[in-house]
Amino acid sequence: MKHLNTPESMLFYMMLIRDFEMKISEEFAYGKLAGTMFHLSVGQEATSVGSISALEEGDYIQSHHRGHGHMIAMGADINKMMAEMFGKIDGYCKGKGGSMHIADISLGNLGANGIVGAGIPIATGAGFGLKYLNSDRVVMCFLGEGASLEGEFHESLNFSGLHKLPVIYVIENNMYSLSTPLKKASAVSDLSSRAACYNMPGSQVDGMDVEAVASIAKKAVVHARKGNGPYLIESLTYRYYGHSRSDSAPYRTKEEEKSWKTRDPISTYKEKLIERGIITHYDLEEYSGRIERILSDAVDFAEKSDFPDKQEIFKDIYAE
Amino acid sequence: MNRVLTYREALTEGIKEEMEKDERVFLIGEDVGLYGGAYKVSKGLYDIFGENRIVDAPLSESLIVGSGIGAALIGLRPISEIMYIDFATLASDQIINQAAKFHFMTGGKVTVPMVIRTQQGTGRSAAAQHSQSLETWYVHIPGLKVVMPSTPFDAKGLIKSAIRDNNPVLFIEHKSLYTLKGEVPEENYLIEIGKADIKKYGTDITIISYSKMVHYCLLAANKVQEEENISAEVIDIRTLNPIDEQTIKKSLEKTKQVLIVTESNKTAGMSAELFTKSYELVPDLKNVLRIAGKDTIIACTPELEKYSVPSIEEIEKAIIKVVNGKI
Repeated sequence: MKHLNTPESMLFYMMLIRDFEMKISEEFAYGKLAGTMFHLSVGQEATSVGSISALEEGDYIQSHHRGHGHMIAMGADINKMMAEMFGKIDGYCKGKGGSMHIADISLGNLGANGIVGAGIPIATGAGFGLKYLNSDRVVMCFLGEGASLEGEFHESLNFSGLHKLPVIYVIENNMYSLSTPLKKASAVSDLSSRAACYNMPGSQVDGMDVEAVASIAKKAVVHARKGNGPYLIESLTYRYYGHSRSDSAPYRTKEEEKSWKTRDPISTYKEKLIERGIITHYDLEEYSGRIERILSDAVDFAEKSDFPDKQEIFKDIYAE
Repeated sequence: MNRVLTYREALTEGIKEEMEKDERVFLIGEDVGLYGGAYKVSKGLYDIFGENRIVDAPLSESLIVGSGIGAALIGLRPISEIMYIDFATLASDQIINQAAKFHFMTGGKVTVPMVIRTQQGTGRSAAAQHSQSLETWYVHIPGLKVVMPSTPFDAKGLIKSAIRDNNPVLFIEHKSLYTLKGEVPEENYLIEIGKADIKKYGTDITIISYSKMVHYCLLAANKVQEEENISAEVIDIRTLNPIDEQTIKKSLEKTKQVLIVTESNKTAGMSAELFTKSYELVPDLKNVLRIAGKDTIIACTPELEKYSVPSIEEIEKAIIKVVNGKI
């Protein structure tokens, strides 16, 4: 993706994702958001940005319920995203979809999804469609480690491996499906090893390191684009907050949380880029200022937008 | 006289014509390829269109529907075949939460032009997990269209319209109708989704039905015409969602009495919906009666299977009862 082709731009987008999510948390506290069903990906930004950086314009992604990061990394219109969070008519989905259903096919996002695992066959079908059309585009399908235990994951990877579909499956393993740790839910701890069952390569990657994610994603994208079939990536990461607003994550220890936060993908990358002389502290201030303006403009936009008319419930049920 | 085809041949021809016309159309399902499908609807299509467009799927119902959705999202027009509607339970999330809702959830931005073809019903001693009539579940879901043809002519015209529709269409065939013969013209035609068909005109009573039960209703209606001089009008609604309220209303205003006949079982079934709708459309109806499948589980042994769903005799008696006002 052109907008993610430099280290600075990857850092910028990770910062934008995090600040967007912190901003919506703040607006939620002011009672501005539509509903309470939103899922923060804070801590997981390197997976969204690193993976999507390997794609090209015209490629597709399949997102999931924790999907703000994917959408922003694809280059989404922040105003429309904010308006959707506010439940307003100028949002991506006229306020009808909300946080869990933002989609923009013109941007390449086949959609977030409220049903865990349900996007996996859909992404696989898009991959089938691309092969059918002899296209050189690829699909990147994001899913959580919890979704990898749904039957649809196995049905889809089998089909993809069988037909050598151009799909890159990215498991964002944040270790917990709501409260249940992976070790209490999965018979294997290395989820990338499941690739072997479906005749595709699989790799584990440090999901707190955006360059490591970008590098493996690039390899997977090249593999898929060449017609060699699907690829499974397991990105090891951590969500700093609970599953959703109602979850204060009492099932995790403070020590565990702290140990992950010391490896924060954004602060470690900032340090790394300063050390390499790619950016300065001044640049960081400039990024933060720019992001602050983007977000405050987005909140203004969302506030000024109207709520949809009641008659909207009868619209968009069927297409012409 | 027009050319005669079976219900199965009419479906095959409809799919074939649409596939010839539009390269975006493909069929995916279990055993649909060389084998031609469990009920042979895709027989011969593999030879014409090859494995890329007639796609044998693994036993993965959720994938069969979900991959259709994904392909539809990027501009193709898939037909996903679920061998028995009973197996659609394994794909119900993709049908109900995904295909049906995408257009609305995205504020109208995304469309899912696809057909989910399946078949249902009794008549082959296929027992409890291969004989159900489950249409009501799907009629209850806004965002889905539900089509259930009863004749070869309707089957061809409706499958072609379903493939061209920009919405997910659940197309439910009846396993006992595949060998039914009927006139199907050579020339190209479509049947609009949402238009009922009056299969027999009459003045004394309206009978509303669809799918296989239409034929039972016609046999019963002809018999009471001969024996009791009762003139029954038989409406085949053909599409359950959207439903042709105008045709129903016009008939009910004329006859003021109605018998509803469905194979699907009674409680909270399609017969309940049609019963209520009849009153909503024409509040001064005189007599209303419904006959539906019994609230039971379909047994394997033929006599029990037959006894679980309405019979022609039962329909005859019901017609006489309604017309005589003895309900």
